[in-house]
Order: sequence, then C-alpha cells, then structure tokens
Amino acid sequence: MSACAIELNHVTLARGRRIVLADVTASIRPGEFVGVFGPNGAGKTTLLQAILGLVRPAAGEVRVFGRVPAHGNPQAGYLPQRRASLADLRLRGRDFVASALHGERWGVPFAGREAAREIDRVLTVVQASDLALRPLGELSGGEQQRLLLAQALLGAPQLLLLDEPLVGLDPHFQEAIVALVSEVQRDTGITVLFTAHELNPLLGAMDRVLYLGHGIAAIGTVDEVVTGEVLSRLYGTAIDVLRVGDTVVVVSREGSVESGARHHHA
Amino acid sequence: MLEYEFMRNAFVAGGIVAIVCGTTGVFLVLRQLAFAGHALSHIGFAGAAGSALLGIAPLWGLVAFTLAAAIAMGLLGERMRGRDVAIGIVLSLALGLGVLFLYLYTSHATQATTILFGNVLGVSRETVWALAGMSVISVGALAFISRPLLFATLAPELAEAKGVSMRLVAVLFLAIVAVAVAEAAQVVGVLLVFSLMVAPAATALRLTSRAGFAVALAVSLALLETWAGIATAYVTNLPPSFWIVLLGCAGYLFALLYCWARDAGGWTQGASSGPVDRRASRATGCASVIR
Repeated sequence: MSACAIELNHVTLARGRRIVLADVTASIRPGEFVGVFGPNGAGKTTLLQAILGLVRPAAGEVRVFGRVPAHGNPQAGYLPQRRASLADLRLRGRDFVASALHGERWGVPFAGREAAREIDRVLTVVQASDLALRPLGELSGGEQQRLLLAQALLGAPQLLLLDEPLVGLDPHFQEAIVALVSEVQRDTGITVLFTAHELNPLLGAMDRVLYLGHGIAAIGTVDEVVTGEVLSRLYGTAIDVLRVGDTVVVVSREGSVESGARHHHA
Repeated sequence: MLEYEFMRNAFVAGGIVAIVCGTTGVFLVLRQLAFAGHALSHIGFAGAAGSALLGIAPLWGLVAFTLAAAIAMGLLGERMRGRDVAIGIVLSLALGLGVLFLYLYTSHATQATTILFGNVLGVSRETVWALAGMSVISVGALAFISRPLLFATLAPELAEAKGVSMRLVAVLFLAIVAVAVAEAAQVVGVLLVFSLMVAPAATALRLTSRAGFAVALAVSLALLETWAGIATAYVTNLPPSFWIVLLGCAGYLFALLYCWARDAGGWTQGASSGPVDRRASRATGCASVIR
C-alpha cells in the first residue's frame, strides 16, 4: 500500500455544498511527474489541498506515502497559486524564502549557519541566488515563481505539489520553470504533481496525466488520456484532439479549448 | 532637563513604548493591518474613559478593551478582510461610549485630552513600572511567535500547508498589538497611536528590504522620534505628542524623498555605466516608491 506516493480511494471532494470531484480513484507512484489538467473549477487546487490535509474528503480516503494527511504536511513541498499581493512586498526574496524554513516552529526566525546553507542550496537549484537579493515586488512573475519554487523545495521534500506555476508567464519562462522542476525530479526522485492549463509546456516532462473535469478524473499516459473520447467525457462536450508536430491541440466544436500553438522542445 | 523626575519618567516610558511599537509595527505593516491597529486604539478610548469613571487607572481600561477587541478581530480572521465599514461602525460606537463616560465623569475636564492626545510628561513612576512589565511580556510573546508569524504573513497558503494555525497566530499577534496600542496611548494618546506604531515601521520598510534590519531600524527610529520629541517639547514648551507625530511624519517623508533621489541617481548612472549600478540601487527597495 505504501508503495504508492499518493492514493485516492473513491474520493469525493466538496467546496461548501458543491461537489468538485466525485468517487475518484487513482494512484501515483513515487518519483512520478504527473501533470494535472482540467477546466477552471474542475478541482485541481482542491485536490492538492486534500493531499495536504487542508480539505477533508466528503467520502473516500486520501493516503500520502501510506498516511492519511491532516492539517497540513511539513514533509510536502507546496507552491500555491501566485498572489497579486507579492507585488507590494518590499522585502528581499531571500528573506521571503527563509521565512518558510521551519516556519511552523515557534521562536525567533534567526537563521543559523545550517539554515543559511539550506537557503543557499534551494536558491542555487532554482538559479535565483542573485534575484534573491532584490525586493520581491520588483521581480517579474517568472522570477517570483522561481522563489516560490525555492520555498517549496526547502527541507528536500519527497512530494512536490505545484499549483499553476505557469500562469501569467511568457513561453520561455514557462519552459524554464518546467525544465527546473523536471531537473529536480530527475535528480532527487521526488514525486511531482503539477497543475496547469496547457498541456504542451509539460509534454516532455510528464510521466502521466491526471485530467479532471465534470466531477470525474482520468489518469494515464498522454496517449491514453488526451484523446477525443476521454476528453469529451471530461468536458461534457464534443472534443477533438489534433497533433501538429510536437504540439497537441485540443478543440471543442465551439472553438479551441487548448490552443497550445507552440513547439515544445522535448 | 533630566534633573526633573517627570522628565526622567517621560524618557523611560517613551523608550519602553518605542521598543514595543517598533517591533510590533513592522509586523503590523507587513500584515497590512495598520487600520486594525488604528481601530484598536479608538476602541481603547472607551475603556480608558470608562475606567476613569470607575476610578481605576485609564491604562487598565485601555488594555481590557483593546485586548477584547483584538481577540474578537483575530477570531473573525479572514472574515475581517474588506470589512472597513463594520470596523468603522464599531470604532465610532466605542468613541461615542467614550464621550458618554467622560460626560458622566465630570470632575476632571483634562482627562479627555490626556486620553486622546497623551501626556507623557504626566506619567507616574507606577505607570513606568506597569509599562515595563507589559513590554517584557509583549516583546517576549512577539519573539516567541515571530517565526510562524513571519511565515504566515509572507506565505499564508504555504504556512497553512505546513500546519501553522493561522487563527492562533492571528489572535496572538493582535493581542500583542492590543497591549502595544494601550502602551503607546500613554505617550501620544489614542488618536495618535498610529504615528508610533506605523510611521517608524513603514519608514524602516522603505529604507531596507531585509526583515531583520527593518525591525532594528524601526525600533531605532521610534526611539529617536520619541526621545527627540520629548526633548524638543521641553525646550519649546509645546506638547510632546505634537513633536513625536511631526518627527514620525518627517521621517516617513524623508524616506520617500531619499528613495526617490537615490532611484533618480541610479537612472542617470545606469545610463553611463551600464545596468549593474541600477540593479545595485534597486536592491535597496527604493524603486517601488516611484510606481
């Protein structure tokens, strides 16, 4: 059972009275890179919060490395959706990242030598050692995203949950973030759940796809899940999947759902 | 001027309050709770006026009311956000009650001015001891919660995901703010608490982008402004509250101008000697002032 990094057993998740996911069963192996997709409101964030133990399933059971998570999990790395308020913050990036190092413990946030080394390590991994000396509010979205990723990597977690890290980024910044996460996953064997709107930036990095929609979910390789038949069921409307070179284009009869008209360098 | 006991008391009381306000203020500004701090001080007015009516020292009425209000605010938590109208109504109700209590308490007309605008030169030795005791507790408590508080302030979603109890941190912090507000009111009065709680911290956060430096700088500025204000008041025979508030505002204005000038300098230099200089000047956190 604990051979799985994440196990969803007939899980039903609700936001208030609204059921976002109903009776979902899936398992994710340790070291897998899973892209999580689906339309807005499909339950991507709610699923990540259930894995963190912040949202309790209305039915079924979530297990993370064999344990039922409750009230947050210090062992998981989490990158939440970027808040607009970061733009007002005049503190430098390094202090921002440092605040998360054992931030759950009481006491004074004095960084010892060991803490400084860990902060240096994660900043090096995300290639943001120089950026971290500048105030957070002056950094671009992609630069802020790298610091959020550094925060998520503190303490070398076994599980990395990334919530929409590509939103609002230019294509080359998107590629840089995906390449960074992919490198971390290869080097450390960490399990990655990466939610996104577009498939294409993640095509070369993902092992499998978890597609959410209409309260249901499908998990499998890109070839198994990203098909007209499966996506039509998830979107509840007729969907076609076209492949143009390296790029997957998902179109509904009403127009393009997934217009990732860019080339991905795998 | 130190030959007078009331001056010595004023300097000691002012110093104690400045340390509390400088440390607490940085977190207050980072959490964008400056208005909540302002509201707490007004709610404290009713407590101060009420305790005068009951014959208790106003400090205790202040502490009781600000603490109760702070805990209520902390428990409401996220639901407080964007409730400016509700806070404003509670705040004006508190001021109204304060007026009623003062009307009923007719023996001292000066009591109102003292509560509203402070009278640091009238601080007794007992009050100094009370302030010192409260400061040790509130600064100690702030140090104890400062790590999760900073985490919860800068990265709330991640903090929650790591198991930080956001509500507990919020309630504890607002309780500390309540004590700080009550203390600051002894020096500058409930209406001017903002100038000691927020101005030095906001100035410090303009001048440095490092969290630790910001706290040290805010405490230094608060001490400087308070002591210089009291000394100037002694020399000029004008109210200390006026000078402290004036220095607080001047400090903030100076920080804005300093950053603006520095940033403008960085631009001209950047044109001649490349982008490295500009980045160095931007690293101080000044550039965001312009936007």
